[in-house]
Amino acid sequence: MSDTQTQIPVTVLTGYLGSGKTTLLNRILSENHGKRYAVIVNEFGEIGIDNDLIVESDEEIYEMNNGCVCCTVRGDLIRVVEGLMRRPGRFDAIVVETTGLADPVPVAQTFFMDDDVRSKTKLDAVVALVDAKHLPLRLKDSKEAEDQIAFADVVVLNKTDLVTEDELRAVEATVRAINPAAKIHRTQRSGVDLKEVLDRGAFDLTRALENDPHFLDAHDDHDHDHDHECGPDCDHDHHHHHHHDHDHNHHGHDHHDHAHPSAIHDVTVQSVSLRGGEMDSKKFFPWIEKITQMEGPNILRLKGIIAFRDDPDRYVVQGVHMILEGDHQRAWKDDEKRESRLVFIGRELDAERLKKSFDACQAVTAN
Amino acid sequence: MPTVAPLDLDGHCLAAVFLNNVPHFALADGAVHRLDNGHKTAQANDGLLCTFHDAANDRLLTGGEDGKVFAVKADGTAEQLAEAGRKWITSIAAGPQGAIAYASGKIANVRFADGKVKEFVHPRSVEGIAFAPKGMRIGVARYNGATLHFPAADGKPTELEWAGAHTGIAFSPDGNFLVTTMQENALHGWKLADGKHMRMSGYPAKVKSLSWSAKGKWLASSGAPAAIVWPFQAKDGPMGKPPLELGTRGNTMVTCVACHPSQDVVAIGYEDGMVIAARFTDAKEVLLRRPGKGAITAMMWDRQEQRIAFGSAAGDCGVIDITA
Repeated sequence: MSDTQTQIPVTVLTGYLGSGKTTLLNRILSENHGKRYAVIVNEFGEIGIDNDLIVESDEEIYEMNNGCVCCTVRGDLIRVVEGLMRRPGRFDAIVVETTGLADPVPVAQTFFMDDDVRSKTKLDAVVALVDAKHLPLRLKDSKEAEDQIAFADVVVLNKTDLVTEDELRAVEATVRAINPAAKIHRTQRSGVDLKEVLDRGAFDLTRALENDPHFLDAHDDHDHDHDHECGPDCDHDHHHHHHHDHDHNHHGHDHHDHAHPSAIHDVTVQSVSLRGGEMDSKKFFPWIEKITQMEGPNILRLKGIIAFRDDPDRYVVQGVHMILEGDHQRAWKDDEKRESRLVFIGRELDAERLKKSFDACQAVTAN
Repeated sequence: MPTVAPLDLDGHCLAAVFLNNVPHFALADGAVHRLDNGHKTAQANDGLLCTFHDAANDRLLTGGEDGKVFAVKADGTAEQLAEAGRKWITSIAAGPQGAIAYASGKIANVRFADGKVKEFVHPRSVEGIAFAPKGMRIGVARYNGATLHFPAADGKPTELEWAGAHTGIAFSPDGNFLVTTMQENALHGWKLADGKHMRMSGYPAKVKSLSWSAKGKWLASSGAPAAIVWPFQAKDGPMGKPPLELGTRGNTMVTCVACHPSQDVVAIGYEDGMVIAARFTDAKEVLLRRPGKGAITAMMWDRQEQRIAFGSAAGDCGVIDITA
């Protein structure tokens, strides 16, 4: 009741060393976009801007004392956010820059698991910067680079001028294979439109997926003349390139996209995209809760839109490891197909089992 | 009926203290307001993060976003005692012989009265810092436990382990117990003589306010719809004994507690700004202040045991006179 202030949005910026994070951060701090940002960095390093609202903080990963190995938070963020929020009005939003090797999960979970942080701030989006030239190398030598992409809502594919068009397509295909749900922006010198990075509302259930009418469409549109790898949102010219047949199953009636192994050997993250008709809420909720409890450690992100039988509203769900959130979003439009779509991004996911158990949650047509 | 002299300020109040019997209110912007024949202000940190009332020297220690440590006195002076670079000062405490301790990132600093500073570097962030009541000894709250140092001597620190993130720390007034607040909704304690653990859990929210009663017989805490008051009279502390629950309310949470200087009474501040006093023996309650604009964040009794200075997260501060 004492918090009449609105929740401050928080953008998490991840990316390997040299991917262009500092350049993007400098743009956020210096460009005239009418908003003031507090920035939490691990080291001042190369940010050549003197600003009271740049806070240096030691990355502190705390395991929660509840026996859950994936329940980790960033202890330093809890303290810094608490401090910053005692003087609201100085800034409109917060950007958290993580180190190159950082696991984005504890950062994100902090905004769900700590009551104080949660009451004052809201996670806006996780943005991963990817160096188009060096990504293949990064994926070879680090799990973190892959995690950062897998976990992102927005992937900024940077330094595209350093690679050929073919190389770029391959890199983009890799990113898409790791994370079919993220928005991808190609750019050079971190020149992405800041609107595409900030104030995305990616974790806002009322906004989530709203701007992605083709959410999860990427992998089942093989019947169309449309065989490239950009996902729900491709914002660049469509161009044809050779098929990656691993994610185009021509089973016809099977609307599910099986966990697709990537053509790139070093990718261990997989995604499982599920599609079905109307769901029975009495079956779906126990199912999704069980899945996140049992498979939580293997699930990096999950996102979905669910159509429930006898429910006029779209239901949206999202999750991070064992954290699950869901809410009614808005009414289904008349011209919308009432279907349920769900994507899991993670490791060691049993696609067959997920598909079968998801299908079993569908509402049975009474006749 | 108690009376309230309000002082409406703009900002989050971190500390409400009496210095030379004058009520002082330290706000998050670093301004320290006082009611000394009118409303006066001293400026300390650029961004205040932590405070400690140094009773022995009648001053308020402050640490802030500017990486500086100040001592604010009743005459309105703010003397800079230390500077720790660009990192925030996140915890501060006063010790014997004019020594102070402050946390900056992974470093616990001890500054002696002569100005010399000794650094204790930890593998993880120093979350909380406190002096033991006797001897030159500090306790540091950290991830997975607490560390004790003797700043005046060289020697190995004592490590007290308990899994989880420990965010704040306090010694009992007799020096027999060490208690930490945790990231999870619990307190943890150690009996220092033998390292015996004390788990104090069951809180619905994080514990952010602790206060020892006269002679350290009880430890009052926030983090629940009532003040949770643990008995510390026995040699093993509160183990096996239920705490008192005082001032239970159904619709709000206790955010701040301050024990009476000599009697078994605690002032309880709530999230809605209400303040009451409750007696341990019979749980009798007296309303001291009606709900206000923000959660009570700071309280202190004066030496005459007649007034309570209080501050809130919304800046509606004041002084309660219980004798009026």
